[in-house]
Amino acid sequence: MGRKLLLEHINVPGINTLEVYRQKGGYRAVEKALKTLTPDEVVEEVKKSGLRGRGGAGFPTGMKWSFLAKPEGVARYLVCNADESEPGTFKDRYLMTYIPHALIEGMIVSSFALGANTSYIYVRGEMMPQIRILEKAIAEAKAAGFLGKNILGTGYDLELYVQPGGGAYICGEETALLESLEGKRGNPRIKPPFPAIAGLYGCPTVVNNVESIAAVVPIINDGGDEYAKVGIGRSTGTKLISASGNLVKPGVYEIELGLPVEEFIYSDEYCGGIANGKRLKATVAGGSSVPILPANLTLKYANGEPRLMSYESLSEGGFATGTMMGSGGFIAFDEDQCIVRNTWNFARFYHHESCGQCSPCREGTGWLEKVLHRLEYGHGKMSDIDLLVDVSKKIEGNTICPLGDAAAWPVASAIRHFRDEFEWHVKEPVKSLSSNYGLANYAVPIERKVEEVKQDNL
Amino acid sequence: MLKVEEQQPVEFSSTLIEKFDEIVKRYPAGKQKSALLPLLHLVQAEFGWTSVAAMDKVAEYLNIEPIEVYEVASFYSMYFLQPKGKYVLEVCRTGPCCLVGAEKIMDHIESKLGVKEGEVTADGLFSWRGVECLAACGFAPVLQIGPEYTFYENLTEQSVDTLIDNLRNK
Repeated sequence: MGRKLLLEHINVPGINTLEVYRQKGGYRAVEKALKTLTPDEVVEEVKKSGLRGRGGAGFPTGMKWSFLAKPEGVARYLVCNADESEPGTFKDRYLMTYIPHALIEGMIVSSFALGANTSYIYVRGEMMPQIRILEKAIAEAKAAGFLGKNILGTGYDLELYVQPGGGAYICGEETALLESLEGKRGNPRIKPPFPAIAGLYGCPTVVNNVESIAAVVPIINDGGDEYAKVGIGRSTGTKLISASGNLVKPGVYEIELGLPVEEFIYSDEYCGGIANGKRLKATVAGGSSVPILPANLTLKYANGEPRLMSYESLSEGGFATGTMMGSGGFIAFDEDQCIVRNTWNFARFYHHESCGQCSPCREGTGWLEKVLHRLEYGHGKMSDIDLLVDVSKKIEGNTICPLGDAAAWPVASAIRHFRDEFEWHVKEPVKSLSSNYGLANYAVPIERKVEEVKQDNL
Repeated sequence: MLKVEEQQPVEFSSTLIEKFDEIVKRYPAGKQKSALLPLLHLVQAEFGWTSVAAMDKVAEYLNIEPIEVYEVASFYSMYFLQPKGKYVLEVCRTGPCCLVGAEKIMDHIESKLGVKEGEVTADGLFSWRGVECLAACGFAPVLQIGPEYTFYENLTEQSVDTLIDNLRNK
């Protein structure tokens, strides 16, 4: 059994209430931080922990905090990003539903560390039930003296509010989220200035993912050094993985970073293998934006060494043979799934969610969707495959925010690894409407290579 | 998309205005525009959709230009700019849900209700539409129904039938 730092008490009845949460050691981190540590010491512990942002980018949280400008007499804000919308990711919904006080406690400690007296949790609008849960938890915490004026007699004041979004994936991008919180369309801002200098209402602001903020609680309780002992290398601590698709046991799992991917997919402690006795064809390891990998490269590097669930290991091999940790949305595809259809589905998603601000993304995502649609529905040409690569290259890196990249990568990687399946759709337009390409050679195990791997100039 | 001429004037009840007042308090002085998204949710929960007349009232309340409300309401997918059925079944149609049969569920809803995506049934009770990822991929296929956004997970054709029949008899 791996260590659980966030979900240890998830199955305790009533853990969503303040009373039970406190019986299980809840709000110790608030007492410890506010009564025995200075804000800078809290930041220092988070730095020592090596915690990396759990929303997708993986940027060290402590470092992000230390960038926060602290001009005299200007308010600072902490905003929690709970606009979880990345296809394949549902860990934040889970955490907020079942153990809301973990987020509230993390918000109090983090706000204290940053010197924020008003903090917001921006929750995607569709999560109305979770908004009610959080509002109830905030009321409980306030009644117990953990929020409001003069918290625990320490002189620190904090008000915490929940803000609903309106249903827009783009608001998961931190500057779009701030625009939305200011009551505007979710158009990402040009950076710099970064939110740490000019964020909400032009004031210094930190935006952190739900899971990152919840992870601050065990970091303060046990110390940053202890937290850093969990995990592997620069991937410290535990990570919530949202497992979906054709798995025996989809759901949210807390893993110690460094768990072998094979164990995660096939062991009974986690996903329990592929559903209905099928075989694994492909995975998207970190939410829909990260490159898709065929089954064999999911389990092993190109040189045959086993791949692990960590930031470094998942990206081993770059985009040629690797992928990314992303937000930890692990989607498994069985042998009956069509990669072209899924790529079209994701392209439609990004087209729908593009804010329309930058032409390469606004127009390019539409092109991707249209060309993929005709390939999927039997009207494709061979040249369409290269056209897709071309369009994706023209989006990537040419937009204000990473949504452009996120739209381009799934398409480019699908063609990189499954080109023969795309070609089959062109050659067999009728057959491809009623049947699928199947597993092909995508799961052929990779032999361990002893000689040096030749480097392509990719 | 915004049809002004067909719209009836609306009145906001004092209960609704009280809720507005509570929300505006969350933001610093002069930053009341931040309340726009939550206010539009309240309006839609009250009236079933977000009409131009209602948006104008919201603009007046927040002391902002009407266009600032329209541009927001039309940007975000949750605000209905046309009247919908009393119950809007919003089915997730993104990748992970489709891996486990979301498309079949949408086909089934279409034939069960007898209306196309976005239309309203003759009795005014139901609409349905496909929406993008609802962040519940592990419990797919899923659908939600506003204004409370109650969630229905691991859908089957049978469970959808039961759900629709129960709502119809409510």
